[in-house]
Amino acid sequence: MTHSQKTPLHRPAPHESCYLHVKGEARYVHDVPPPPGLLHAALVTSPVAHGRIVELDVSAARALPRVHAVLTAADVPGVNDCSAVIADEPLLADGEVHCCGQAIAVVVAESLADCRAAVAAVKLRVEALPAIFSSREAVAAGSYMNGVHIIERGDVQGALARCALRFSGEIETSGQEHFYLETHAALVLPEEGGTYKITSSTQHPSEVQANVAKVLGIPRNRIVVEVLRMGGGFGGKETQGAHLAAWAALAARHTGRPVECWMNRDQDMLFSGKRHPWYSRYEAGFDAHGVLQALDVFTVPNGGWSNDLSRAILDRCLFHIDNAYFIPHVRFEGRIARTNRPSNTAFRGFGAPQGVMIVEEVFNRAAEALGLDPAELRSRSFYRDDEEHNRTPYDFPLPGPRSQRIHEELMESSEYVARREALEAFNQRSPLVKRGIGYQPLKFGVSFTHSMLNQAGALVLIYSDGSVQLNHGGTEMGQGLHTKMMAVCAHELGVPMGRIRAMNTATDKVPNTSATAASAGTDLNGAAVHAACVTLLARLRPVAAKVLGVDVARAPDIAFADGQVYIPGESYETSFDAVVRRAYEDQVSLSSTGYYRTPNIKYDASIGRGKPFHYYAYGAAVSEVEVNLLTGEHRVLRTDILHDVGDSLVPSIDRGQIEGAFVQGLGWLSCEELVWNDKGFLLTHSPDSYKIPTIGNMPTDFRVELLQQATQPDVIHGSKAVGEPPFLLAISMVTALRHALASVRPGAAIELKVPCTPEAVLREIERLREAVTVQERQHELTT
Amino acid sequence: MKTLVSLDVNGRTYEIAVSPELTLLEALRYELGLTGSKQGCDKGDCGACTVLVDDRPTLACLTLAVAVQGRKVRTVESLAQANVLHPLQDAFDQHGAAQCGFCTPGILMSAVSLLEQGGDAPDRLSIKKALSGNLCRCTGYTKIIDAVEDVAANTSSPGPPGHTGS
Repeated sequence: MTHSQKTPLHRPAPHESCYLHVKGEARYVHDVPPPPGLLHAALVTSPVAHGRIVELDVSAARALPRVHAVLTAADVPGVNDCSAVIADEPLLADGEVHCCGQAIAVVVAESLADCRAAVAAVKLRVEALPAIFSSREAVAAGSYMNGVHIIERGDVQGALARCALRFSGEIETSGQEHFYLETHAALVLPEEGGTYKITSSTQHPSEVQANVAKVLGIPRNRIVVEVLRMGGGFGGKETQGAHLAAWAALAARHTGRPVECWMNRDQDMLFSGKRHPWYSRYEAGFDAHGVLQALDVFTVPNGGWSNDLSRAILDRCLFHIDNAYFIPHVRFEGRIARTNRPSNTAFRGFGAPQGVMIVEEVFNRAAEALGLDPAELRSRSFYRDDEEHNRTPYDFPLPGPRSQRIHEELMESSEYVARREALEAFNQRSPLVKRGIGYQPLKFGVSFTHSMLNQAGALVLIYSDGSVQLNHGGTEMGQGLHTKMMAVCAHELGVPMGRIRAMNTATDKVPNTSATAASAGTDLNGAAVHAACVTLLARLRPVAAKVLGVDVARAPDIAFADGQVYIPGESYETSFDAVVRRAYEDQVSLSSTGYYRTPNIKYDASIGRGKPFHYYAYGAAVSEVEVNLLTGEHRVLRTDILHDVGDSLVPSIDRGQIEGAFVQGLGWLSCEELVWNDKGFLLTHSPDSYKIPTIGNMPTDFRVELLQQATQPDVIHGSKAVGEPPFLLAISMVTALRHALASVRPGAAIELKVPCTPEAVLREIERLREAVTVQERQHELTT
Repeated sequence: MKTLVSLDVNGRTYEIAVSPELTLLEALRYELGLTGSKQGCDKGDCGACTVLVDDRPTLACLTLAVAVQGRKVRTVESLAQANVLHPLQDAFDQHGAAQCGFCTPGILMSAVSLLEQGGDAPDRLSIKKALSGNLCRCTGYTKIIDAVEDVAANTSSPGPPGHTGS
């Protein structure tokens, strides 16, 4: 008998919840049928960016009908803190407020309308204090959070002095709203004996559990946090969902009733932190061969009012300023600006996009100054697979960098060189519409930069009918993690995907989990699921030998695939269900946990040396744009991506991640603009004024390919992480825009700001034209 | 002051007491328990609440419940008949056109409306125009267009249920 070794691995698969999504049956927190007695929680927030609370009188609000509680810092039974890392983020402001929208009190009432009436009845007076909003202002004022991180190698100043081309500059990148379609929400049910069941839209149920326990002053074992799924996360629900759960839990503790805290879009955008806006100064030097020799960077993310994850985000920035390039002499110094903005937080890329933007600005400026093709110039500085050119700034030798290989394959498949020439000819004859092409390589380190977090657990339960429940520590936010975990589990146990049910993520199934973040969800949880299945198979093999009627010594020869259990090449065969049934009868345990920790990663920030990442993902993109010089409007005509996901576990899921990340990156760099007034109030707090990419903003011609023969050693089934890295590929659009604008005034320095909104592009077009006029006048005067 | 209204939703008649300011979206979600239509922005900008009112795509968050009396409302919950998926639902599943799934019900209703208009199979540009009012943050849209295009190319338009087609 022959078996095809049917496995769901390395094959396309539908998203595990898609059949529910399309029927409208997939439940998110706010879709859960209201439990009896449900109350709603809403917030009294700070009207100023920085100030001292001089009056907070909640008595009139408390006296309103249908209002059950109005809670302030004084009503917190445990610790008034809801921070992620260091205790610097009060759940409810006590005395001082640090940003517009900071929570001061929670009202608890029978409907959202009753909540609004209660909020309006709270007497609040806040005396305004001076505020700082931008990284630049913070640098000028010396307003920093803890610590400095420096990564240094070689002699930057000495090398710069020897460089043939040397220049300095500043670059600012803007913030970005996550705009997960499902806004923040948490539902808390008080249960018997002072315990709580929490349904939360969070990437980090264990942190929600820990923070609620801290706020209520009870042990963590009294709280179960469950995640159904998220309607998008992107990092925005890594830390900040905990606040909603804590407000609702506080309300449930005081009223004894179920409480939901759900934010509408405006409330969510006003409350939540964003991608960090970033300010950097740099000095760069290239040798006579056009190779980047030295880069000196001082870089400052805008942390907002509290730490949140800013330290780790700054670390990841510093680890990625080098991107795909070997730079012999570097000095990267980063500090975190403390400002009066909502606390900025994780967002896909986690500081890496902002770091990579620095070095890409350097390459674009150098290429324009030298009159060289920026793609070719970049390739001259790639990391190479030799001891002279493979050491990162933190002195870790890259094993087998793939930039050069991807570069060559993509240059050919995208016909970059020929198209670039054709576009320049097009621009010669087209006065009002210009086109440009841009190339962007990437290298992205995979692992949590805080090494301890690189661990995961799983719990696999086989029932005596052969069906399986799969629990793991990761959360599903649309990225397809559950689908991948089901594929791993089905492969290991040798059962069809349909026999496995991925359970809601819950802290009573897998404890002490890390956030589903850092693109590491599949690597960590997949290895934990694998470990659990290995344990189960070790128990099932001797049972299978009995069922097959062979000697137990032949147990290692037994194969499990597609629901069948057999010895390859022989006639012995039975079913998985029969083996499981026999295992139950023989009193063999049918459940197991699994655990994984990433080996050999350690980084010492005090000296800027170590191995912060388990491995690296690579990729590259070529984008072509068209710009209207009269309006500044532009669109992406074509994008070619070649991306390295190792041996993709589920290629259809990975392609979706790549396409989605790229378009989200386009949003960051082209149409998404956060606008604040001078009092620190966010004006763009809804999609009527904050524009994420629509279906019309995607590349007209979008070609995405996965790198073939790309097995990654020591990662689950040779795969690689995919969530964040492709976000960086959108920088190709900026390079393409610069190419298009170069024909407005050949030879003039381009100063294109991001996001490249039509307004920003039009301003640059006007500035370039003005520059022409000035130069021509000077020319006239001197001749 | 609540008034009694009669709503025709997915072929069923519901009698509910509503405040004049209650939106159709709120009525569907909180009075009828039909939570497939999503509350994404309450401003008519994200499209997650899109339903069909008399076969036209309509933003339920900008429509008052009292205004749809005597009109036929269809939501995502109506698409699968006797547990058989609508071809668009099937195509979304096959193409992986839903990731987090939150925008999916609204996008499906916009796409259903497009396909029910009959005539020639819509091309990619027509599909983009029909879905231009629906935001998706996960997919980058490619697979959504692929799914709709697939159905448009492979099915003759049946027209809305109860109609004879065009």
